[in-house]
Amino acid sequence: MVIQALKDQGVDTVFGYPGGAVLPIYDEIFQQNEIRHILVRHEQGAVHAAEGYARSTGKPGVVLVTSGPGATNAVTGLTDALLDSIPLVVLTGQVPTFMIGSDAFQEADTVGITRPCTKHNWLVKDTDKLSGVIHEAFHVATTGRPGPVLVDIPKDVQFATGAYKKPAPEKSTYNPQVKGDNESIAELVAAIETAKKPVFYTGGGVINSGPEASRLLRELVEATGIPITSTLMGLGAYPASGKHWLGMLGMHGLYEANMAMHDCDLLIAIGSRFDDRITGKIDAFSPRSVKAHIDIDPSSINKVVRCDIPIVGDVATVLEEVLSIWKSRGSKTNAEGLTRWRSKIAEWKKINCLAYNGSTKTIKPQYALERLEALTKDRDRYICTEVGQHQMWAAQFLGFEDPNRWMTSGGLGTMGYGFPASIGVQIAHPEALVINVAGEASWLMNMQELGTVTQFDLPVKQFILNNERLGMVRQWQELLHGERYSHSWSESLPDFVKLADAFGAKGILCKDPADLDDAIMEMLNHDGPVIFDCLVEKHENCFPMIPSGKAHNEMLLGEADTQGVIDSKGSVLV
Amino acid sequence: MSALHIKKGSTSHSAYNLRPTFSDVEERHTLAVLVENEPGVLARVIGLFSGRGYNIDSLTVAEVDHTGHLSRITIVTTGTPQVIEQIKAQLGRIVSVREVHDLTVEGRAVERELAMLKVAGQGDKRVEALRIAEIFRAKVVDSTLSSFVFEITGTPEKIDALADLMRPLGLVEIARTGIAALLRGD
Repeated sequence: MVIQALKDQGVDTVFGYPGGAVLPIYDEIFQQNEIRHILVRHEQGAVHAAEGYARSTGKPGVVLVTSGPGATNAVTGLTDALLDSIPLVVLTGQVPTFMIGSDAFQEADTVGITRPCTKHNWLVKDTDKLSGVIHEAFHVATTGRPGPVLVDIPKDVQFATGAYKKPAPEKSTYNPQVKGDNESIAELVAAIETAKKPVFYTGGGVINSGPEASRLLRELVEATGIPITSTLMGLGAYPASGKHWLGMLGMHGLYEANMAMHDCDLLIAIGSRFDDRITGKIDAFSPRSVKAHIDIDPSSINKVVRCDIPIVGDVATVLEEVLSIWKSRGSKTNAEGLTRWRSKIAEWKKINCLAYNGSTKTIKPQYALERLEALTKDRDRYICTEVGQHQMWAAQFLGFEDPNRWMTSGGLGTMGYGFPASIGVQIAHPEALVINVAGEASWLMNMQELGTVTQFDLPVKQFILNNERLGMVRQWQELLHGERYSHSWSESLPDFVKLADAFGAKGILCKDPADLDDAIMEMLNHDGPVIFDCLVEKHENCFPMIPSGKAHNEMLLGEADTQGVIDSKGSVLV
Repeated sequence: MSALHIKKGSTSHSAYNLRPTFSDVEERHTLAVLVENEPGVLARVIGLFSGRGYNIDSLTVAEVDHTGHLSRITIVTTGTPQVIEQIKAQLGRIVSVREVHDLTVEGRAVERELAMLKVAGQGDKRVEALRIAEIFRAKVVDSTLSSFVFEITGTPEKIDALADLMRPLGLVEIARTGIAALLRGD
């Protein structure tokens, strides 16, 4: 029945790991060929792989794991998906209903444990309700603000036969509002017409709304000529080569993007949630702007920053309405104001905030990413990352032209996300070039998935910027803790080339900038999984940076700025 | 409850006032939350309050519509207007929550609480306890030669007042239900 429900939901791939409490479902999987099961090496890997699959396709990712440890291992992935609004349906086995509560073998209170880290969850005790709950799970995961859901299925319920129901989403009681309020939309259009210094601030919600939302966003940006910046999660909604692109904003965002946020008079937030990595010091956040906010989740509005023009609705639906009012009114922007605003932005751009000191002796991580970008940008490319300095450099130095091409752990900041996510992406796009930009410490957190990669012959490229440090931790210790580098170096690292060899993958070591291009080409030309161990400068810091507790216009641009910049109040922030 | 058809969202008919209010003064609000009566639903609501650091001053819950499987949770909470709006939006986000009403802003509400007070004592104090109970229209629901159990229904303030008077007269135990509330009128 579970498999039938998945088929009716259009599922083609399940990421999972078997165990005692899900054996009946695995038995059904064995007896069919329509749904492909990808065997991971750890349940956390299954959830991240499903996230990669979901983020790169727009379809929900499906996970199947057993009770107890299977379910608890999935918790990090569920929390990651909740914070980044990734639609997932996770099916967990549970001990039989008559043993629930008895501390049975491999029993855990899965719905209790996962209640705060799922959008919704269900424990199904009645086989007749099983198919209906699974269909509802898909509906909830993908409707409104997407998110992970979990269905806990006791083993006796899996064995029993019951009445099967077809999907009927129209009968669901969960129907969030998608259409924005017309009055507020008209108010937004009027504000755009008069603004002298407007800026778009877009986020992951544009990606989640679907490709149509990105298309409409591009149309609106071109129609108005308003500069646009994006959060980490929103990269690709507007192309990096677009002429109104400011680059990413936030803690390690670009100088021009953050200065535009600080000085603007109209801030149009679209599918973004004013996360603390974005806002910096709240009291000093964009102090002189009128703030409009389009979001499908009413709780995102006014949560952190007071909003003047709130619009609850789906991004694509609302943008369509904005454009139609814009066109029907024959609207024009404040041309004189915008020209002055653009020349101001051009001045900020001249600062060239991403500049770094090159080297002919060691590979600078920024240089490695510049070369990776130059050698791969014209390919059918998907990028994943782990979490840390390399993630920020990847966001700064790689250009994203389309949505769904960039998979990264934004909200939760999960080290170990990127490698399994790259597996999920490659499964969904077998012909594409899938690269995981990683740090050596993050990558080791889920390195067991090398087994998955070689078993399914997935040609994922693991591009490891190896500084033998927890680079971001080291950077903060340098800035905040008197250069006392407590446990932030990676000792006893493996020989990554031999490690790749041991699993049957290809390993490449590169430590000389002069060899880098050839080594990257060797990686790209190899038809199979590659671990690329790129030994980079060990003490490079990631700039620009808004230090904790500081405002957008107080960015640090390089090493010279960093002495005593974070006061005692800022140092308690993360 | 069927007369209250308020959609979730930002329309002018919304229960959520998305236009910001700029006060930092803490307010006390009574919220009525209609939820699907399913296992764990109360844990979802309480978990939201504890997980996000909101206050619960009072909470009552009971099924109100058996055929529709609906329960009504009445929550009294305090916070700045921004926090109150956020609480309502977060409650509205829970999949099993059907409706959220802020009885403090939607109109005047009747608020009632039931309490039982056990007062032990003999002689004059016992007579005085009975006399005060009569003034407050509290009923005697259990009596022994040395104790009474009084039942009282009223506003929380009225119950507080009765408890204060009974304390010197031998109040040994008190059980309160928390507030139930309905909007006045139709």
